[in-house]
Amino acid sequence: MTMTDNRQNTVIGTRQLRREDPALLTGEAKFTNDLNLPGALHLSILRSPHAHAKIVSINTAAAKASPGVVAVYTGAELQSEWAGPMPCAWPVTPDMKNPPHFPLAASKVCYVGDGVVAVLATSESASRDALDLIEVEYKVLKAVVDVEEALSDANIIHEDLGTNKSYTWNLKIEATEGCVEDAFQKAAFKVSERYVQQRLLPMAMEPRAVAAVPQPFGGDITLYSSTQIPHILKVMAALTLGIPEQQVRVIAPSVGGGFGSKLDVYAEELLCMALARKHSLPVRWVEERSENSMATIHGRGQVQYVELAADKSGKLTAVRVRIKADMGAYLQLVTPGVPILGAFLYAGVYDIPLAYDFSCDGIFTTLTPTDAYRGAGRPEATYAIESAMDALAREMKIDPLELRKRNFIQKEQFPYVAFSGLTYDSGDHLQAAEKAAGLADYVGIRAQQAKQNVPGAKKRLGIGMSSYFEMCGLAPSRVLASLNYGAGGWEAATVRILPTCKVQVVTGTSPHGQGHETSWAMIASEKLGIPQEDIDVLHSDTAISPLGLDTYGSRSLPVGGVAIAGACDKVIDKARLIAAHQLECSADDLEFAGGVFSVKGSPDRAVPMAAIAFAAFTAHNLPDGLEPNLEAQYTYDPPNFSWPFGTHMCVLEVDTETGQIEILKYVAVDDCGVQINPLIVEGQVHGGVIQGLAQALFEEAVYDTDGNLKTTTLAEYLVPAASDVPSITTAHTVTPSPTNQLGVKGIGEAGTIGAASTVINAVVDALSGIGVTSMPMPASPQTVWRAIQSAAKAK
Amino acid sequence: MKVSITVNGTKQEKEVEPRTLLVHFLRDQLQLTGTNIGCDTSSCGACTVHLDGEAVKSCTVLAAQADGGTVMTIEGLSKDGEMHPMQQAFMENHGLQCGYCTPGMVMASIGLLNENPNPTEEEVRLGLEGNLCRCTGYHNIVKSVLAAAKK
Repeated sequence: MTMTDNRQNTVIGTRQLRREDPALLTGEAKFTNDLNLPGALHLSILRSPHAHAKIVSINTAAAKASPGVVAVYTGAELQSEWAGPMPCAWPVTPDMKNPPHFPLAASKVCYVGDGVVAVLATSESASRDALDLIEVEYKVLKAVVDVEEALSDANIIHEDLGTNKSYTWNLKIEATEGCVEDAFQKAAFKVSERYVQQRLLPMAMEPRAVAAVPQPFGGDITLYSSTQIPHILKVMAALTLGIPEQQVRVIAPSVGGGFGSKLDVYAEELLCMALARKHSLPVRWVEERSENSMATIHGRGQVQYVELAADKSGKLTAVRVRIKADMGAYLQLVTPGVPILGAFLYAGVYDIPLAYDFSCDGIFTTLTPTDAYRGAGRPEATYAIESAMDALAREMKIDPLELRKRNFIQKEQFPYVAFSGLTYDSGDHLQAAEKAAGLADYVGIRAQQAKQNVPGAKKRLGIGMSSYFEMCGLAPSRVLASLNYGAGGWEAATVRILPTCKVQVVTGTSPHGQGHETSWAMIASEKLGIPQEDIDVLHSDTAISPLGLDTYGSRSLPVGGVAIAGACDKVIDKARLIAAHQLECSADDLEFAGGVFSVKGSPDRAVPMAAIAFAAFTAHNLPDGLEPNLEAQYTYDPPNFSWPFGTHMCVLEVDTETGQIEILKYVAVDDCGVQINPLIVEGQVHGGVIQGLAQALFEEAVYDTDGNLKTTTLAEYLVPAASDVPSITTAHTVTPSPTNQLGVKGIGEAGTIGAASTVINAVVDALSGIGVTSMPMPASPQTVWRAIQSAAKAK
Repeated sequence: MKVSITVNGTKQEKEVEPRTLLVHFLRDQLQLTGTNIGCDTSSCGACTVHLDGEAVKSCTVLAAQADGGTVMTIEGLSKDGEMHPMQQAFMENHGLQCGYCTPGMVMASIGLLNENPNPTEEEVRLGLEGNLCRCTGYHNIVKSVLAAAKK
């Protein structure tokens, strides 16, 4: 481990087993659909079989008469339940077009899976059975499937908008007007590439589930949901339903993965709440997997045009990017913002002049709405720049690692003010790249490649790489304001030392597999000098943790974790006053270490936190004016994004006769600053890498020309199994972030951000000698084989 | 119809509909919710339990087919408050994150070692190909199973 950090941590940085695990390993953990709710009604939803159609008539009579059915509602019949349409929190431009979107479609359906009729019954099977008895007459309209064709407005999806374009968002940074075009004119080398980020299904293993439970009196309602965002959901549900916010409590029980797909406010959550209130009974819903494929948001869905200009040494002189981003049929919570999160990263980890021209069109199609999916905009951007760098290296006939080295922002340049005005906090790209090259045996592989990749070779060897920045730790509230986002980016924490010196840490983050309970207890233990086993972490219930902005965007540690450290500081400050009072000294004369306050220079004059906790509780003898109890709430608004980085490398062989790819080695060198728990960091990297690799090789939400999703089940949508993927060699460098007291950066999305381009670059590297210069994702054997064949024909 | 199934050592006699799947019998009638449902095509393996000593996907078995049989679920693995060595191996090797696939993955892994007590890494990967995980990338799951084999 390259430890450049001189913190004297004893808990932080150690490999602690997770306290979450026993309940999950023994079946004791409760996911939303595990809750026992006697008397609950079951909601099922009839969904549109058409991508684009007018609803002509709906006959629900037979369904209403079906055994066990309590009520059946069409969209029109529920319209009065909504105080407003479903929320989009990120109107990226003032003139962004956002069609009204309600939990059930009333007059028109805009994608296969759009909700049409809600059935409530006394059992899940009764409500599902009744769906078959509903007759809906549709007038089918032409589907709009291709994002670029949609721009022609030949078939407008939302007539009132008059166009399929939601917005155009520009980021043009020029030192002098016209300098981007000028750079391209004068470039010694340039590349112009088109990449397609296929649609992906997030496929969290737990499908979504919801239960809304009205309280017996007073009008309060509790919503249980498999969500990443109980706090945001509470605000949005209250607004959409017109319920006073203080009457809504949202609880996320154990949540079985999210990857962004549960970072949303969904129709089913609002329907369960509205119907539970209407019927004064609990109402629950659980998603089937094939329903999940259509009704839960999709990820990616972008066409990218990327141009790089470089001087004769390969130094980048300008970057130009045009994005066609597929919004799907409606704007969900942050749909339009996803490509914008990537907008700042198309220059990657490279030192470029003020010559950057980015523009993105957000475009409606008649497909499932897209939204954040692990990395959200940043994997797309990283894929584009890292693939284009390889294209540039091929153009220049130089080694791609050498090209990167010529362009890296150098260690000495940090903190680095980028072309965008954003400041990159810290980094050492060269170190990460060299470490990865060492672990992958870059030099050796190149030598072996020269021997192996001879004309006619059946198996060709390739090595690919990606050096990335992960702009994360979402986010400084003022920066979000400048991007027109509808909320802040702070995170809240409360630290409460109980009379017996046990600790409750209350966090606004909402974990769904990341191990926050373990990591947050480690942070509090480090700060307070209290053993981890005496610290509980409370989360994911808005009644227990009323303030928070939840978990996404690799924000939990660099924002939420830092908030906990800040709350600990406040508690320690208060405890210090009590200690000084007891020791009859000035608070400034005290030092605090290992959970004990002692007088500087007289270590025998000391008082432990346990004594102070009890004194704060009894309040018999506190300094004048000091409130009893040891509790502090702290809200941390980060001054900057955090910028984890790293280099991934992949070595693989391509069978030129079958198109089959075999990964021989995958190396991930990641730098997320100070690591709280390296065990968890590695796990995040493993999972992220395989999700990125899955985009590269396996996964795609495939639609036909009528807008039917052809990959609705796990039999058709290829989430890789253990036998499909390699082991991963992980390593790291440690470059602490200077912007927060823990020196942390976040790691949740890094693996995904680095992986897809690493793998595809390796595939193209293997085949470039036989004329293959690009490879669509997913690079299935058939796709690879076809690319090889068409390259051979072109010769 | 009536079925009699011994679940985690206790004989359970219940009325079920003929179409009731074993997984729904376990979850809805016995409240054994540790067995999870992740798909509707028998692809994900989250619902894996042991039926008469063999790992099966409980969404592919009717409760009626298990009549007279013996079922072990994740809830039945611990003995005297001690987790099964496979559960311990998953904990020690960080073989789980969100935990949703975990009960099925643990049951499948025990089944795998019952058939092949000393598998290679490749054999573990092939042996678990019917169980999907979206969090771990399988790296630490494979490590867990190999570690359990050594116990």
